[in-house]
Amino acid sequence: MKRGGTAFWVGAVLAIALAVLAALGIQNEYYFFAGYVVLQFVVLATAWNILGGYAGYVNFGTGAFFGVGAYTSVVLIQALHAPLLVQIATAAVLSGLLGFGTGLLTLRLRGIFFSIATVAVAIIFETLIINWRYVGGATGVQLLRPPVIAPFDSYTKMLFVVMALLAVGAVAVARYIEASWIGRGLRAIRDSEVAAECNGVPTLRLKLFACTVSGALMGAAGAPLPMYMSFVEPASTFNLSYSVSALAMPIIGGTSHWLGPVIGAVLLGTVQQVVTVTISSELNVLVVGVLLVLFVVVAPGGILGLVAKLRSARSSARAPA
Amino acid sequence: MALKLSVRNVEAGYGAVRALHRVSLELKQGETVALLGTNGNGKSTLMKCLMGMVRPTRGEITLDIDGRSLDLARMQTEEIVSLGMAMVPEGRRLFPKLTVEENLQLGAFRPVARGKLVKNLDFCYENFSVLKDRRRQLAGSLSGGQQQMLAIARALMSAPRILLVDEPSVGLSPLLVHHTVSMIQQLKDGFDLTVLMAEQNFQQAIRIADRGYIIVHGEIVFEGRTADELWNNELVRSLYLGG
Repeated sequence: MKRGGTAFWVGAVLAIALAVLAALGIQNEYYFFAGYVVLQFVVLATAWNILGGYAGYVNFGTGAFFGVGAYTSVVLIQALHAPLLVQIATAAVLSGLLGFGTGLLTLRLRGIFFSIATVAVAIIFETLIINWRYVGGATGVQLLRPPVIAPFDSYTKMLFVVMALLAVGAVAVARYIEASWIGRGLRAIRDSEVAAECNGVPTLRLKLFACTVSGALMGAAGAPLPMYMSFVEPASTFNLSYSVSALAMPIIGGTSHWLGPVIGAVLLGTVQQVVTVTISSELNVLVVGVLLVLFVVVAPGGILGLVAKLRSARSSARAPA
Repeated sequence: MALKLSVRNVEAGYGAVRALHRVSLELKQGETVALLGTNGNGKSTLMKCLMGMVRPTRGEITLDIDGRSLDLARMQTEEIVSLGMAMVPEGRRLFPKLTVEENLQLGAFRPVARGKLVKNLDFCYENFSVLKDRRRQLAGSLSGGQQQMLAIARALMSAPRILLVDEPSVGLSPLLVHHTVSMIQQLKDGFDLTVLMAEQNFQQAIRIADRGYIIVHGEIVFEGRTADELWNNELVRSLYLGG
């Protein structure tokens, strides 16, 4: 178990190092523009999976938590010119609280009611922001980027590295939860909540924990958005596409292991970026839909599930009769 | 160390449906008590009340243990399990997509039981060799009898002092029912347990019981202070044999 741990952290450090080197070496801004989006989805997909994959409670309101994170940054920038780190930390706390609150109101009910409630949360917060003039209301708000911090020569590149750090952080959190008794309890809840209760699994507490952590990570992913875009408006920030993608990516990659959402996000995110640039930006939504349906029907265990099946087929073929 | 579970005038239900009416019973240390009743008469509801999964609207449930007197009606299920009460639920309620071993590990979820996980797992495998052979098999793919065994073993993983068994005979062949009930008695003796067993199969339940109650439409209609008293009661004959 310890060897696996070392391998993970070595890999994580290497990934960050690679991101930094790329930021210092590659000139074409587009790669970082697109790469930021892919990494953002790694965080969102990983965050979603903590509640949706591990516990089986499907959240349709990722856009709400993401949007709350983004608008927390807007408020902090406008009011205090707060540095990025403060924006991210505050966004995580507020979105975490939102997760906790949503959970408290709905997690006493079984799965499907929670899912319906999360749709409502997204709509509620979008409406709130639309009516809040301080953050620009429906028109949105334009923000000036502060001077870039050395050694990066562009703000986008710096944000790319920040998002890489967030991605590694999110995956580390998911990995820790998955291997701990918390993860065991969440898996029990997913498989049979009643049985879990009988065995003394504190189901409500664990669900609230997962909801809070998931929300916090989604908020953290949203925090750098205003600076990334220099312009934020509610319709695109609270967009359903974030909710759908955050759900589709873990399903495509595989929901039972932290690697699944990463694979799904990198794969789907990259395909979406390519389609947006080469064919059309409308079509990229179609891509998500088609892949999602395909995987749910043909490979509900996702890519990781397919790999596992291949492995077991191969090993049983090799084993002596 | 006097262990006693007292239920006094408990009323409980699901929304507008009243399932229990002024139910009182007692469980004393070292006893095997049978709770006899046919389908839909409140046995499972009572078990759930004892485990904190259903809140009684009236009445008291008190556990006297280690010198303390605790109100179970106000506690969370996880706290009740930590105290030393375990339930083998109706219909087994296993984790079908998890392996036998993962099911057993989850039985020891409470922090107090985690430290003894390995020891208790070894105990379980010693007493249930069938489970040991199938430790990596998915629980949902086991046969009915194996599943019942797993459900009981899982309940024992928390090293309980009181074991609530809810209708262990459901879905099992007569031979397996006999075997399962005998196993419960053996485990009770071997692990120094106190057992409350809800059953429809009156004959099998009375076979291992020290005494018992009969529940009809959510009310305790008879208390048998010995197994014989239970068996010879008119109600048992009419309910069980239809005479």
